[in-house]
Amino acid sequence: MSNQTDTQTKIVGKPVPRKEGRAKVTGAARYIDDLRMDGMLYGATVRSAVPRGRIREIKFGAGLPWDEFVVVTAADIPGENCVALILLDQPYLVAKFINHAEEPILLLAHADKHLLEKARRAVTFDVEPLSPIFTLEESLAKKEIIWGEDNIFKSYQVNKGNVDEVWAQADFIIEGEYRTGAQEQLYIEPNGVIAVANADAGVTVWGSMQCPYYVHKALLKLFALPEEKIRVIQTETGGGFGGKEEYPSMIAGHAALLSWKAGGRPVKIIYDRAEDMVATTKRHPSRTRHRTAVNKDGKLLGMEIEFVIDGGAYATLSSVVLSRGTIHAAGPYNCPNVRINAHAVATNVPPHGAFRGFGAPQSIFALERHLDKVAQVVGLSPAEFRRRNFIHEGETTATGQVIREPVDMEGLLARAFELTDYQAKRERFARANEGRSLKRGIGFASFMHGAGFTGSGEVYLQSIVGAEAGADGRVRLLAASTEIGQGTNTIFAQIAADALQIDFDLIEVAQPDTSNVPNSGPTVASRTTMIVGKLVESAALGLKQTLQNSGLLKANYTTDDWRAACRRHVEQFGLLKSFSQYKPPPGINWDEGKYQGDAYGAYAWAVYVAEVTVDMLTYEARVEDFVALQEVGKVVHPVLAAGQIEGGVAQAIGFTLYENVVWSEGRMLNNQMTNYIIPTSADIPPIRVYFEEQPYAYGPAGAKGIGELPMDGGAPAILNAIEHATGVAFNHVPLLPEALMQALNQTA
Amino acid sequence: MKRKKDRGAKGNAPDAAERESSAAEHESCADELIQLLSEDGAARRRFLKQTLLAGGGLAAANLLFSYHARASAHTSAAADAAAAPSNKLSTIPVTLRVNGRDYPLQLEPQVMLLDALRERIGLTGSKKGCDRGQCGACTVLADGHRINSCLALAASYDGAEITTIEGLARGDELHPLQAAFIKHDGFQCGYCTPGQIMSAAGLLREGCPTGMTVRECMSGNICRCGAYNGILAAIEEVRGSKA
Ligand code: FES
Ligand code: FES
Repeated sequence: MSNQTDTQTKIVGKPVPRKEGRAKVTGAARYIDDLRMDGMLYGATVRSAVPRGRIREIKFGAGLPWDEFVVVTAADIPGENCVALILLDQPYLVAKFINHAEEPILLLAHADKHLLEKARRAVTFDVEPLSPIFTLEESLAKKEIIWGEDNIFKSYQVNKGNVDEVWAQADFIIEGEYRTGAQEQLYIEPNGVIAVANADAGVTVWGSMQCPYYVHKALLKLFALPEEKIRVIQTETGGGFGGKEEYPSMIAGHAALLSWKAGGRPVKIIYDRAEDMVATTKRHPSRTRHRTAVNKDGKLLGMEIEFVIDGGAYATLSSVVLSRGTIHAAGPYNCPNVRINAHAVATNVPPHGAFRGFGAPQSIFALERHLDKVAQVVGLSPAEFRRRNFIHEGETTATGQVIREPVDMEGLLARAFELTDYQAKRERFARANEGRSLKRGIGFASFMHGAGFTGSGEVYLQSIVGAEAGADGRVRLLAASTEIGQGTNTIFAQIAADALQIDFDLIEVAQPDTSNVPNSGPTVASRTTMIVGKLVESAALGLKQTLQNSGLLKANYTTDDWRAACRRHVEQFGLLKSFSQYKPPPGINWDEGKYQGDAYGAYAWAVYVAEVTVDMLTYEARVEDFVALQEVGKVVHPVLAAGQIEGGVAQAIGFTLYENVVWSEGRMLNNQMTNYIIPTSADIPPIRVYFEEQPYAYGPAGAKGIGELPMDGGAPAILNAIEHATGVAFNHVPLLPEALMQALNQTA
Repeated sequence: MKRKKDRGAKGNAPDAAERESSAAEHESCADELIQLLSEDGAARRRFLKQTLLAGGGLAAANLLFSYHARASAHTSAAADAAAAPSNKLSTIPVTLRVNGRDYPLQLEPQVMLLDALRERIGLTGSKKGCDRGQCGACTVLADGHRINSCLALAASYDGAEITTIEGLARGDELHPLQAAFIKHDGFQCGYCTPGQIMSAAGLLREGCPTGMTVRECMSGNICRCGAYNGILAAIEEVRGSKA
């Protein structure tokens, strides 16, 4: 590093305006439905009305000009009829066996949207029904075998110490069961793509997505074409939250199949809101059982945890969601004996998938509710009990990972309490609630979230990022990581600008297009800043090094020197390029077989405090104040980072108090925004966000991951506060007024 | 229980949904119309489309066109179109005045303002998040009032002064709300943003009714990214500087 670093003003840590901000506030940003191509057709998906069965016949209703339509069934698929992801079990179109309601069976395309909709309703299926199963209990009990030999997509067992020996020594043994419901991502831009596909030109897809290379991989198999014949381009994306992690592979394949059959005419598919809600993935519902051994000093002796998630009809990402949920199930506590048994099971509902937090919000909800109960049994306050058990540097997590970074959960707890006046309110509310119809409560949750892929995931991914500099000194960053609102473009540009010590405005981020950018891995798992950002930093440094090694750039330079050096380089040698590939930080070991070792390179640590009121007349619970305090390494962009936290907390509030998927025969009944309720501006308090910065040695400029963390702590903090307000322990989310009424009436 | 207000309602601006229901109160209703007006926007519109497509529902067509005075000139054309036995509806002439420019169009009478803006005029800034009046992404100003353009029949706005997000900036100079949204990071993915900004523009003009907060007056515009802190800060800043 040149000594200029100290004098140069750093961009990392500054709230520079978003790269794409102007386009977004003027309406100039182009999302997929804003694009149109000559001769374009519209595509529609005809789906199953039943949850399970065998197709006997497809019928086309009378009175429609069927010869004008492009019609695609499973028989038209040129390659393999499976959405390639982790396993190859999910078909693009049902050939024979239907495994969930709304499963795609047939595709239609036509130039006239209205006629297309009529036609979609006119296709029906004669189906021989088979018995479905809808709950994880039915699946575990093998009421019907609907997947593999035992309905189990994946199981893990984590063992630390010997939990079987602790029960005899325990002063207290506390058990509990906790449940979370499905949650719809509800990005405001529905899923959509445009595809152009024919045998000569290959397949090109534009669309709203998080992971262009996932789509690329899936289309390779679907069309059995060589890699270079498949091209996937991300357009401006109106939110994802996980919901556009794997599903775009499905809709992209559908549009491409229609275009293929139509001889290469462009086909656009945009889901209607109701279709998007009823047919695409949601957060996995879960059930967690805890059995905890504690001694009379309030020290954890052993934890036995059973964690089960409902994966829906196909495997999709359930194994990895399960993995993250499992690893987070024992939280930021030092417990010598832990056993976690975890299963992802099959049911006849649309496959559940990625949603911010990815299994962790489910298992953390259970743990943080359970520990309030444990504290009560032991006779300690929730805070004191946790203080006696927090993990520290040098201690080990459930997977036996030695924490090598400084962790100060006690410090976070103390600061969060100070920010919320927790102690005083805890006492004051308890006194004042007596006899009042508006009861107040305050509660908290303490937790961690691992950044990046679990275990060896990052090693397998082998992510690559490129950087190129033109004659004008402008630097283009090449990565498949997508901007979905979280600020990727801005953060990458900040990191590169600081690495190169040049103007922020000189950095641009290339549109993710698989024909132009290397595979930097999927935009998931809070990995974009920490993992991909680090690659951006080293790719950028590679440019500088090349210029300096060739003598074109001195050790100390200005932005003008940089431009001049780039110009000379381009004149003499052509475009300046540099690539960087992921290497794990030293000392990271993970045993996939035993599920032991360093599950994540780094963790973010947090304490969230919620203050609620429960109205005993209307049974409405409201969050009145929310403080989110976290340690996430160096904060690259304070405003974007706070935005991530606020957004995640808002979604967590929805998950906790409003968002209820009503199921009937394996189908979401309330698939509209008027009956599936997400928080509006009037439903959430101003969310107060605070950071502790503890630079992480292997993150870019010291940063760790951040995006998923805020989804984890809201639900348990809010339910802990509701218990404080009402004296009733609720152990499931969403917690709707109906459930509050029932329970509070019983105790009254 | 204050679980959810009608998301179509935005402060005191009469939007399409409200105008439809007030129309309902003033007209004697056939059974179908009661059904038509009591259901949500989508069902309502589906019903309208079906009745129009089926060549029936003249009463519905008449009613829906007659309560917008300025559209009444087209009532007979719409009714004729609806009465035609063919599957395809004939079109009617509609002139939309958007961002100060006139767009003479030939539209089928059931075309919604949002679709007319996006697909016929090519102004794609207004977004379609739900097409049912539930999210606010399609909010535009009609004669200064914010409406959900996905619930508004284009023909009813013949001659009205429509402003969309594309018409807010003066050349290169951003509208103060646009600048404030950037400054306060009042968005993430940006998909709700045109609707948020237009809704805010309407709100600034109307003012917040007494007893209501900006937070409540903006609750018809949903932001799943949860950028509400920034959105509200941006609006408050502009509101403050105007006062
Ligand atoms: S309210 Fe019009 S698109 Fe959602
Ligand atoms: S910015 Fe994404 S929905 Fe509001």
